[in-house]
Amino acid sequence: MTNLKAFSLEVRTWLEDNCPDEMRQPITSDKDICWGGREWEFQSKAQKIWMELMAKKGWTVPTWPVEYGGAGLSRAEEMVIKKEMKRIGARSPLDSFGIWMLGPALLKFGTEDQKKEHLPPVARGEIRWCQGYSEPAAGSDLASLATKCEDMGDHFIVNGQKVWTSYADQADWIFCLVRTDNTGKKHHGISFVLFDMKTDGVEPKPIKLISGRSPFCETFFKDVRVEKKNLVGVQDKGWDVAKYLLTHEREMIGGQHEVAGSLTRPLHELAATVLGLDDGKLSDTMLRSKIAETEIDEWAFSMTLTRKLAEAKAGSSLGADSSMLKYYGTELNKRKYELMMDATGHDGLEWESDRSSDGKLARTWLRTKGNSIEGGTSEVQLNIISKHILQLPGA
Amino acid sequence: MGLVLNEDESLLQDAAEGFFADKAPVKELRKLRDNRDEIGFSQALWKEMAEMGFTGVLVEEEYGGVDMGFMASGIIAEQMGKNLSASPFLSTAILAATAIREGGSDDQKSSWLPKISSGDAIIALALDERAKHNPDNITTTAERSGNGFKLNGSKAMVVDGHVADALIVAAKTGSQEDGTEVTSLFLVDPNTNGISTERTIMLDSRNSARVDFNEVEISGDALIGNIDDGEHILRKVLNAGRAAVSAELLGAGSQAFESTVAYIKERKQFGKIIGEFQALQHRASHLYSEIENARSAVMAALTALDKNDDNSEDICAMTKAKLGSVAKLASQEGVQMHGGVGMTDEYDIGLFMKRIRVLQELFGDASYHMNKVALSNEY
Repeated sequence: MTNLKAFSLEVRTWLEDNCPDEMRQPITSDKDICWGGREWEFQSKAQKIWMELMAKKGWTVPTWPVEYGGAGLSRAEEMVIKKEMKRIGARSPLDSFGIWMLGPALLKFGTEDQKKEHLPPVARGEIRWCQGYSEPAAGSDLASLATKCEDMGDHFIVNGQKVWTSYADQADWIFCLVRTDNTGKKHHGISFVLFDMKTDGVEPKPIKLISGRSPFCETFFKDVRVEKKNLVGVQDKGWDVAKYLLTHEREMIGGQHEVAGSLTRPLHELAATVLGLDDGKLSDTMLRSKIAETEIDEWAFSMTLTRKLAEAKAGSSLGADSSMLKYYGTELNKRKYELMMDATGHDGLEWESDRSSDGKLARTWLRTKGNSIEGGTSEVQLNIISKHILQLPGA
Repeated sequence: MGLVLNEDESLLQDAAEGFFADKAPVKELRKLRDNRDEIGFSQALWKEMAEMGFTGVLVEEEYGGVDMGFMASGIIAEQMGKNLSASPFLSTAILAATAIREGGSDDQKSSWLPKISSGDAIIALALDERAKHNPDNITTTAERSGNGFKLNGSKAMVVDGHVADALIVAAKTGSQEDGTEVTSLFLVDPNTNGISTERTIMLDSRNSARVDFNEVEISGDALIGNIDDGEHILRKVLNAGRAAVSAELLGAGSQAFESTVAYIKERKQFGKIIGEFQALQHRASHLYSEIENARSAVMAALTALDKNDDNSEDICAMTKAKLGSVAKLASQEGVQMHGGVGMTDEYDIGLFMKRIRVLQELFGDASYHMNKVALSNEY
């Protein structure tokens, strides 16, 4: 414990000295979130400096081993860094599917060569990854995926289509689930491969969403050549990798609201500003009780996140509890945004105005509707809890 | 982080789990109820709890206690909730021990704390007066009278008030310059002239009392802490009480949930085990998530009390609100998923519903605490 205290002091001092003031301001636009990659245009000098300083320290991926660009820290130490960053309102230096998802997969299933080739550029923000999982006919039922991957001896040829590939139009590389064998059960014959999005035959097309934004793409593959060295894990056994990664994805989505919570104003403050107080109480008393209930639920859920992380030993996964976090966190986030829309009333309806930052709240509200669909719907998460935690029959 | 049990606490949990499952399981509560027991709990059990160190969990060692802290007290309360074990643990080991420890004179401490530790005294808190918990609106008064005070008023929901060797009474002792009334706490012998007590058997087969004070003369040394300064002691007592009740709700709620899950794994209808139906699976899984959050809240509250956290009062309020809602959901879903047998006295699920209903109400229901949290956050 004393070590952690000393570490916390060290982190605090380093952050004070190195985190640019501009990077301590609340996020106001999508551009404030740094994704890195070959095509990334830094929104400011400070954004670039901040990412590079943190990368140099290994703190974009604190728990990864030093040789792959991390700092070799424990989960507890990583939490100290997060806490200290939160304390000064520091922005995340780098967000990336490479960090959240490819990294954990390669660290567990990758060869030494694969780790050395792919992990350091992720940690430094040089290569931006996207995830090729869902297909038009394989959403929540992911294992039904059909993108064909033929073994040509010294390489593979991939044909098919992915959908809901986040930022595929801006990504440099893709980690992709493909079918190398379709003769057995659906979970067999899936493989996990990596390839450059610039390869001939790869074509991402952005999908316009109800929010008016296009964070997702349909991605088409026509005779795409993939080198054999870019197969992760065992051929036909990619489902093991996929399952492991989905666990990480759920933890990430479930925990997202906590991160967002630190950057957005509490619900009650927003409501008090718009609606005003009446004798010290929010003038809309019906809304007031819903807000109190939701904020208490948010607090209890944040305690669960803390508790589950503390329980999980360093590096180990939460298992099926990640489905509980994903389910509850996303449903809670939707509830919260519904109340924010209630609280802002007519103002929140403005779609194109400076006052509303072009409908920022409304667009985010619409975006939250996807939280309980992506990464396995809430219903799928409840199925997983039923089967693996409650061990109910036939689940 | 304090949200994970340390080694001592894990050992205590094992001990408490075995103890209550063995000595005070649900069937013991049924016996007390069916025999119309004179006091509604087992004195022998209370003595054994003292021997285990449970009654003195919050009492300093110099007064015979084990002084293990609030997390430990919550661990015990949770196991009592799980087994619906009847005892004066809440009134005496939590509320009274906290009040006397925080505000008692040396005399009060040395007369009462050792007796709490040894299981030789039961002390009840006489605070609430009306249908709903409202510590800010006490009407019982204590007027100066000679060297002492004169008590007048009526108290309700005095848990274990029917068997108490002493009562801790909250009464108004005057007003500040701005007109706000001030409260003081008194340690009173229930046999004093002018006190009448009515045992009220509650729907959970547990006990409470209505206590009336009519021109009750008490001496000056009955005061706990300083005159007009009862509120800050009362805050600590209520924080401890709300956290302990929440821990008991966690035990009762999670046991109701577990027995329900066990039941739907056995019961067959339409040629299937009903746990195969997705309609039930999803509701059970939702409840699982809520109970996990409830557990986190309880542990956070007990940790805050042990650390003497500045936000303890808010954290205990949030916890009581959350536990009231979650345990209620667990009992309602429990009865519904049990179907017809859930309505029978034979099955335990109904007993859990009843106990949870009482605990939900005690020291403020979810609405009370939501309002409290909102006010504390200035909305």
